[in-house]
Amino acid sequence: MSESVTERLSPKRSRLDPEFAPPFPEAALPILRDPQVRKNVAHATDVIQAKRGKLVIEKTDWRQLREAASAIRSHALENLGAYLEEFELRCTAAGGIVHWASDAGEARQIILELLRQENASSVIKIKTMTSAEIQLNSHLQAAGVEVFETDLAEIILQLGDEEPSHIVVPALHMNRSQVREIFSRRMGLEGLSDDPEALTAAARNYLRDKFLKIPTAIGGANFLIAESGSVVVVESEGNGRMCLTVPRTLITLAGIEKVLPRFRDLEVMLQVLARSATGERMNPYTSMWTGIKPDDGPQHFHVVLLDNGRSSILARKTERQTLKCIRCAACMNTCPVYRQTGGHAYGSVYPGPIGAILTPQLERMKHAQSLPFASSLCGACYEVCPVKINIPEVLIELRAQVVDGERHNLKRLLDPIYLGMKVASFVFQKAWRFRMAQLLGRKALRFFTRRDGWIHSLPSLGAKWTQTRDLRGFPDQTFRGWWAAERGSRNGRV
Amino acid sequence: MRASLFITCYNDTLFPETGRAVVKLLERLGIELDFRTEQTCCGQMHANTGFRGEAFSLAKRFIQLYGQTELVVIPSSSCVAMIRDQYPGLIEELGSDSLRREFAALLPRIYELSEFLIDQLNLEDVNAYFPHRVTYHASCHGVRSLHLGDRPYRLLSRVRGLTLLTLPNVDRCCGFGGTFSVKNADVSSAMLAAKLQDVVSTDAEYCTALDNSCLMHLGGAMHRQYQGMKVIHLAEILASTDSSLKGGRG
Repeated sequence: MSESVTERLSPKRSRLDPEFAPPFPEAALPILRDPQVRKNVAHATDVIQAKRGKLVIEKTDWRQLREAASAIRSHALENLGAYLEEFELRCTAAGGIVHWASDAGEARQIILELLRQENASSVIKIKTMTSAEIQLNSHLQAAGVEVFETDLAEIILQLGDEEPSHIVVPALHMNRSQVREIFSRRMGLEGLSDDPEALTAAARNYLRDKFLKIPTAIGGANFLIAESGSVVVVESEGNGRMCLTVPRTLITLAGIEKVLPRFRDLEVMLQVLARSATGERMNPYTSMWTGIKPDDGPQHFHVVLLDNGRSSILARKTERQTLKCIRCAACMNTCPVYRQTGGHAYGSVYPGPIGAILTPQLERMKHAQSLPFASSLCGACYEVCPVKINIPEVLIELRAQVVDGERHNLKRLLDPIYLGMKVASFVFQKAWRFRMAQLLGRKALRFFTRRDGWIHSLPSLGAKWTQTRDLRGFPDQTFRGWWAAERGSRNGRV
Repeated sequence: MRASLFITCYNDTLFPETGRAVVKLLERLGIELDFRTEQTCCGQMHANTGFRGEAFSLAKRFIQLYGQTELVVIPSSSCVAMIRDQYPGLIEELGSDSLRREFAALLPRIYELSEFLIDQLNLEDVNAYFPHRVTYHASCHGVRSLHLGDRPYRLLSRVRGLTLLTLPNVDRCCGFGGTFSVKNADVSSAMLAAKLQDVVSTDAEYCTALDNSCLMHLGGAMHRQYQGMKVIHLAEILASTDSSLKGGRG
């Protein structure tokens, strides 16, 4: 691998790069017109949600567990600096090497440099959304490093040239006949059936060779333990376990927020994570390791701690809770918006309600500004969140930041919502103005009201309503008009 | 008992029949009602759209207008949620100590309609008669913010002649979400289509709720699609006492 290789190829741009993704309403449109994706998403989220629901009900101390999980995460974030330093100290003492990356570019550079030291021309990977966040794969490939995903869903996406649409089940938008098509085409397996066992067997065959031949692995972390310097990865398939044990060199990429103070915090966190994420009492594979052990497992172990906007989120009071997230995806499984749009509409590797608050903040509110508005504020996400992130509260805070950021943008004067809000605010300050507006509104809408008393079509912003709903015309008498006529003289004003 | 009615801006303008029903119902139960004509809006629409300063001035206006009342009854779960969930944050950020104190004193005296009937009046049976098949849509704010729980069902189950039908996925959002319905009109419409499918599957004559904003959304689609079903605010069901009363929209 040489510098010239790095220069010659430019990384493939992802559809999920918030800088270039279209706004949410626009990105959602093609998906809303795709019955297959909508069916797949609704089915998969229904199944996971139902499983989660059963396991939460059976846990009589769920409320206390959730309180404890929330308290542990809050405490870790409030003392993040100290716990990260403790982690670095312990991990280093156990033979690991800790690197600090302030942004995506720095993290990629560190990882590329490590791969050069290893003379690695290819790597195997455990599923890690953090690597997707920094678009690691495309940059590695542009630098001449072959990347092989080992998580089943990630293999499907990689071979099918698809993007993840969910953080726990990244290929959730696809069904098994689509998976069969990709495997059959890319693995040259004619006559492959869409039976889940046959598909898994095909993936197993494809993987075995990679595990045995490629000595370098890149993975993520579910948790970092400060007091012991350990790293924890939870997964379902065992491919992660292979990546963590077979290779010579292991590089772990983790966001700085992943740290937990003590080993025993896992008692709480592993319980809420498995139940919330996949609807299981316990996930099948939980790997924990501390540095390196001579003649057992990887002999070179690096941890790259990624900031990439996280410390600026930490500095803000309402938004800080975003970093409590343990990436269980319960919020997206329950979200009625995600249910319709799937993950790709969010233009980020982090979709759903948590993505709607995390992505714009990771982008320092420069991109993805449509995401805080991609919610009906129904609160289902907050209800299921195992670490009690009040997502609606953060959404509203971010909306206010977007609106405040546009205060000096003249284009807002052409935005009917902005104008409507300003007029409404003026009108609502005085009851007489409101009465006047009711009167004028009734007169104006009479023009659009049909004989049946209903409005079927409105211009401008109103057309967004009448595209799928009618609106009953203004009644002849407001409530206050009725009250004044009926009782005004008796007990109207106090 | 005396209570002050905060009718809310959109009920006042678009759904006066709900307000009239609340008056009829509460006066029948012996409540002395007062309507402050200076009232306008709680500021929910502004707060949820990101217009924090505007929402704050409306919040302040609301608190000052109702500071001296005994009890406030509000027939809209999302407006009550606005007051309970968002006023504290707005006051914390933009308000004064005196406003904070005034709000703290007012907050426990604010009731959503079903809370008022069940928690304050200890009533489930309000002598209503509504001989129809009805399904109840548990609006998001009613479920997750106010935690209304079984209150609406207890009220409905005591209405004579009424057949209560179970709505599948009862706590799933209808897709209204205020300005969400126009800012994300297509996604909102897809959510509405899914909700309507559940509502129609009950084969009810009426879909009721404690929030006319959801009902405006559902009712608008029912009317567009010629569904043989109407929406009706719960207050209107509880207010009706004889079979001659016809309610509902759509």
